[in-house]
Amino acid sequence: MNPPLLSVRGLRTVFPTRRGPVVAADDVDLEIAEGEALGIVGESGSGKSVTFLSVLGLLRPPGRIEAGEILFAGRDLRRLPHAELRALRGRQMALAMQDALSALNPAFTIGTQVTETLLTHRIAPDMRAARAQAAALLTRVGIPAAAERLDDYPHQFSGGMRQRAMIAISLAARPRLLVADEPTTALDVTLRAQVLDLLDTLRREDGLALALITHDLAVVAERCPRVMVMYAGQVVESGPTEAVIARPRHPYTRGLLESLPRLEDPDRPLHPIPGQVPDLARLDPGCRFRNRCGMAIAECAAPVTLQPAGEGRLSRCIRAPEMAP
Amino acid sequence: MTASRLLERLFQTLPVLLGVSLIVFLMITLTPGDPVEIMLADSRATPEQAAVLRHDLGLDRPLPERFLIFLGRALTGDFGISFFHRRPVWDVLVERLPATIELTLAAILLALAVAIPLGVAAAVKRDTWMDRALSAISLFGVSLPGFWFGILLILLFAVQWGIFPVGGRTSFDLEVARITGFLLIDTLLAGRLDAFGAALRHLALPAITLGLPTAALLARVVRSAMAEVLTSDYVLFAEAKGLSRGRVLLRHALKNALIPVVTVAAIETGSLLGGNMIVETVFGWPGLGRLVVESIFARNYPLVQAAVLFYAVTYVVLNFVADLLYTGLNPKVRL
Ligand SMILES: Nc1ncnc2c1ncn2[C@@H]1O[C@H](COP(=O)(O)OP(=O)(O)OP(=O)(O)O)[C@@H](O)[C@H]1O
Ligand code: SF4
Ligand SMILES: [Mg+2]
Repeated sequence: MNPPLLSVRGLRTVFPTRRGPVVAADDVDLEIAEGEALGIVGESGSGKSVTFLSVLGLLRPPGRIEAGEILFAGRDLRRLPHAELRALRGRQMALAMQDALSALNPAFTIGTQVTETLLTHRIAPDMRAARAQAAALLTRVGIPAAAERLDDYPHQFSGGMRQRAMIAISLAARPRLLVADEPTTALDVTLRAQVLDLLDTLRREDGLALALITHDLAVVAERCPRVMVMYAGQVVESGPTEAVIARPRHPYTRGLLESLPRLEDPDRPLHPIPGQVPDLARLDPGCRFRNRCGMAIAECAAPVTLQPAGEGRLSRCIRAPEMAP
Repeated sequence: MTASRLLERLFQTLPVLLGVSLIVFLMITLTPGDPVEIMLADSRATPEQAAVLRHDLGLDRPLPERFLIFLGRALTGDFGISFFHRRPVWDVLVERLPATIELTLAAILLALAVAIPLGVAAAVKRDTWMDRALSAISLFGVSLPGFWFGILLILLFAVQWGIFPVGGRTSFDLEVARITGFLLIDTLLAGRLDAFGAALRHLALPAITLGLPTAALLARVVRSAMAEVLTSDYVLFAEAKGLSRGRVLLRHALKNALIPVVTVAAIETGSLLGGNMIVETVFGWPGLGRLVVESIFARNYPLVQAAVLFYAVTYVVLNFVADLLYTGLNPKVRL
């Protein structure tokens, strides 16, 4: 297997708030190799975005990384001077966002926003070359007559075109890692498939490493060989997607799966997970899923760590072995 | 904005202007005090002579007729004769206007020059001691009474330290031929750097007095606009591209944040024209504001009417300009 391009160990990201520190990412470990796609799933607020914004060095104050190590291509990003981190950003590691309408600057043309990346990272020597490359990029993501639309403003694009333009900007400098934070949620089924196909191609042909954050387990099952499930700021289960989906080793993963409709069995009753995510500012050291877990026992009030749970998996549940069939 | 929408907007301003004209007309004519008596106060005129003058000035006609006459003439720039200059009001206005425009422009430019960097700094350093200090200072600045501040500046910088002149527009020995009426331009046209310097020094204190409260207000607008823009996704996305901090702040963020700022600045420029009356009086600035104050005391109706109408038109026009700027700067609104 390839050496991991990105390797995160013990990441802890905290937002000081009036109600006390909110630990939005706690003891997060993850690895993504070149040419690999890691799916990241979990309920809203589970820390998916915060984890990867931490990786990219894009946390908004007052959020800050309190502990952990972030290795990218062998370099410790937390120790990198600002200028060097900035040179990596957009060039070697890029971000695609959920809502292109808000991610694109309304005051600049699409062309300006694409060429900006190309010129900043000296991918194109001058504006003329940058515009030609920009048009090619936009064409590649499926924007018709791209060259003529470079001087359009984002609001003149349709929603689907905007989303693809935004992804084209993320990919402009041919990054080695793309963090795609729900990049296709706003798209219809056809466009979604088209964009995901493009990412697949880049992954296979150029060795793009992909972190695909999504609520859509079907997308993960289809596109990501490995998956990581987050709950309340922690990784609760990770491993090969097939195994995790077929034989979950954490009650939260199982709950998540049971709360989704299944293609092969549409009549199966859905079971939403009862209860509420704990308040991240009022956590105790025990298992965070305890208040919603049907398998909880007294021992679950003690700290739980990620442990190997078979089939190349890790689980943060003391009763994981009992979940084996 | 389409041409028809533009026309529509222009049309909407007509009732406003008409209303203002009527109010101005009534306010002055209905207040007690006879201008003819004031004009003839120190001459020994007979009642017959006074009646002739009253007739000549049209003051003996019924009010509605006088208003219509006033309006009809106003449209052609004929505001009658300024009672105490004994010259056409229009000529007097045109003569005084450049001084006021010069002062107002200097004040608004100064305000923007101060407000933008401070507002941006406060937004970037949000919730730090610097932000809090700046917002305390700007709150103080906004609530500062202009005349008091002006007098304070005169006492300190003119009387105490002699850095700036006490008042007026230039020194007697440094006057240059009037070409545009804008002293900063005329002195340069005359190639007189010494006179330009003098004009600038005379302009400094009144422009600061007039501009600083506006700077305080605009700084608050810049701060809140910038703070909002900085939390936007497009700023995050710009950072994710690896752009420099400066480029993210000054291009991506500021361009959007300036949309409301420029709009407010255009409207504020209209308010500054009103503020001029106090500042021009305090600094002996020979502009429209001081002229209006003098004319009010002298019951110089035609001039006050013309001036207030001018203020109203300017205010309406500036609001219109603000609208255009808002549309022009914001591609989303452009239709
Ligand atoms: N500025 C902030 N101040 C305080 N807490 C924050 C802030 N930003 C994020 N958080 C905390 O971090 C948690 C995780 O947020 P994050 O955006 O990573 O969730 P997510 O998993 O990406 O959710 P979603 O699926 O809705 O995008 C939130 O629940 C919130 O408590
Ligand atoms: S550790 Fe206990 S409470 Fe937590 S998921 Fe496992 S069984 Fe449930
Ligand atoms: Mg998110």
